[in-house]
Amino acid sequence: MGSASSPSSESHLDCDVLVLGGGPAGTWAALEAAKSGARVILADKGFCGTSGATAPSGTSVWYVPPDPERRHAAIVSREALGGHLADRAWSARVLDATYDGLNHLGERGYPFPLDEAGAPIRVSLQGPEYMRLMRKLVKGAGVRILDHSPALELLVDGGGAVAGARGIRRQQGDAWRVHAGAVVIATGGCAFLSRALGCTALTGDGHLMAAEAGADFSGMEFSNAYAIAAAFSSVTKTLFYKWATFTDAGGDEIPGAASNGGRSVIARHLQTGPVFARLDRADDAMRQSMRSAQPNFFLPFDRMGIDPFTQRFPVTLHLEGTVRGTGGLRIVDETCATGVPGLYAAGDAATRELICGGFTGGGSHNAAWAISSGRWAGRAAADHGRRAHTGAARQGAGTVGLRDAGARPFDPAEAARTVLAEVHPFERNYFRTEAGLGAALDRLDRQWEGLRAAAAADRDGVLRTREAAAMTAVARWMYRSALARTESRGMHRRMEHAGADPAQRHYLTSGGLDAVFVSRRPAPALATNGAEIAA
Amino acid sequence: MIEIVSPSRCTACNICVSACPTNVFDKTPGAPPVIARPDDCQTCFMCELYCPEDALYVSPKAGGWQGISEDDLVAAGTLGSYRAAIGWTAGTAELRRVDTMHRVLKGG
Repeated sequence: MGSASSPSSESHLDCDVLVLGGGPAGTWAALEAAKSGARVILADKGFCGTSGATAPSGTSVWYVPPDPERRHAAIVSREALGGHLADRAWSARVLDATYDGLNHLGERGYPFPLDEAGAPIRVSLQGPEYMRLMRKLVKGAGVRILDHSPALELLVDGGGAVAGARGIRRQQGDAWRVHAGAVVIATGGCAFLSRALGCTALTGDGHLMAAEAGADFSGMEFSNAYAIAAAFSSVTKTLFYKWATFTDAGGDEIPGAASNGGRSVIARHLQTGPVFARLDRADDAMRQSMRSAQPNFFLPFDRMGIDPFTQRFPVTLHLEGTVRGTGGLRIVDETCATGVPGLYAAGDAATRELICGGFTGGGSHNAAWAISSGRWAGRAAADHGRRAHTGAARQGAGTVGLRDAGARPFDPAEAARTVLAEVHPFERNYFRTEAGLGAALDRLDRQWEGLRAAAAADRDGVLRTREAAAMTAVARWMYRSALARTESRGMHRRMEHAGADPAQRHYLTSGGLDAVFVSRRPAPALATNGAEIAA
Repeated sequence: MIEIVSPSRCTACNICVSACPTNVFDKTPGAPPVIARPDDCQTCFMCELYCPEDALYVSPKAGGWQGISEDDLVAAGTLGSYRAAIGWTAGTAELRRVDTMHRVLKGG
């Protein structure tokens, strides 16, 4: 059994597939695994149905009917923004799986709006409605849900295959241990405790657990997405600022400031003073459409007594890290396997470069990826999990906070603050430089060494300790990758290397705990025209 | 940040204790839940949506409270306003099917 000290009260469960994370990707994975007859357990850090970045918001979805021309146009339209790193074959697969998934959702009762002819319009989802339904479907499929049950580490068998996980139950004050034939990591991206909506629990926990079991990452340099929000608010909805006029403290319009293509101008201004917005470019019809499209966007304004269409309000940029970035666990095949036997990845925890390269403009592609990758990972995990040899000895793969590595105590809150100070500031993460990234890495590496020499955390401190360790690890993969990409591509921007370097149109693999590595992989061949896809 | 659990409306059903994704509330035997860890609140408003009694108020300020009273919220019709806006109250169910995002995506 595991070498870590076992809590006195630990519930022990067995299943074929354990899904970690109960957002869109995790629930789709659980549904698909259960559909194929597997015994499935889903463990959520919070509450499956309200957890994650999707539930409190609304999102467009990359839903395109199977018309070859429209599909082709959808695929090529975003290739330049993503720095030509997306893969057309993967994009086509995702469009297929998403179309099918959303149609299924409609059949299962999601209240899509109807057009004039009474046909459903399936290009967006309301987060509360969507995730409430997903919870219901998951439960109806016989999946056992463990709420408020964050995983702390993966369990591996003697051959290094992932064979379960263990964690704590926050509301019972005890622990769980699940032996599984396969595990799906669907724990979301890492947003470094910024105030971006729904991102507080997204601290890269799954990234750390997977790395401890031997998995690696791709595209971690594409991890510096910042979203626009009212300065007082958590509600990020960059799309709506397309209709904004941005002004400085004196009320003068800021030249070049825009939600897309001019967000760096906003960041520059925020470094020296306040920036204000007013959504005055929306006409009356659009104002009404916006209100009916996203009630959550208007809630903070209504409650503060601000009319965002007619009154100026201060704005800020919240870091969305890899949630709206595109880097994550590297996928090695079409089943969303990670390369570690028994371990699969889905949703924002996995790399989304395959469909959007180094940039996502909104939730659309990430939502499609969550549905698609969740379904593929769930199906493959069920196949693998049912065949996996059971009864093998398992041990915990976890490191920091779980096993005594020294006597040195440390404060997880202080460790978290140290990471945030390296990844939140625009001058470090938005406007990246060799000197800035190098200095940050020195400090982050030192912090990791300190964490590695620390004593195991106690029951009350173990979750925050693992979060701090995970954010430290994610930041190191991010910045080591960002240092290696000596160009600007997608959302990754290097101040001393403006523009993309054709010789660097490749993917970057990263990983490692004590020693972080970065290596190159070739990107798919550039299509000279789209005929092969349209055909 | 979660600001008010109305003692007059709350039935101590503890749905919010379960539904809060960041485990902000603690149950209290026979009484309304307490806001035990306000600093963990991510201002996502989900607890309000899941409260069947409209007993909760989340301040829109991500870093703090507004210092607003329940009487003022009731007078302004704010308690339960978000739940009604998304069609999750008895009289508003038709709003669940209202989503004009496709018009926003096409516009501008």
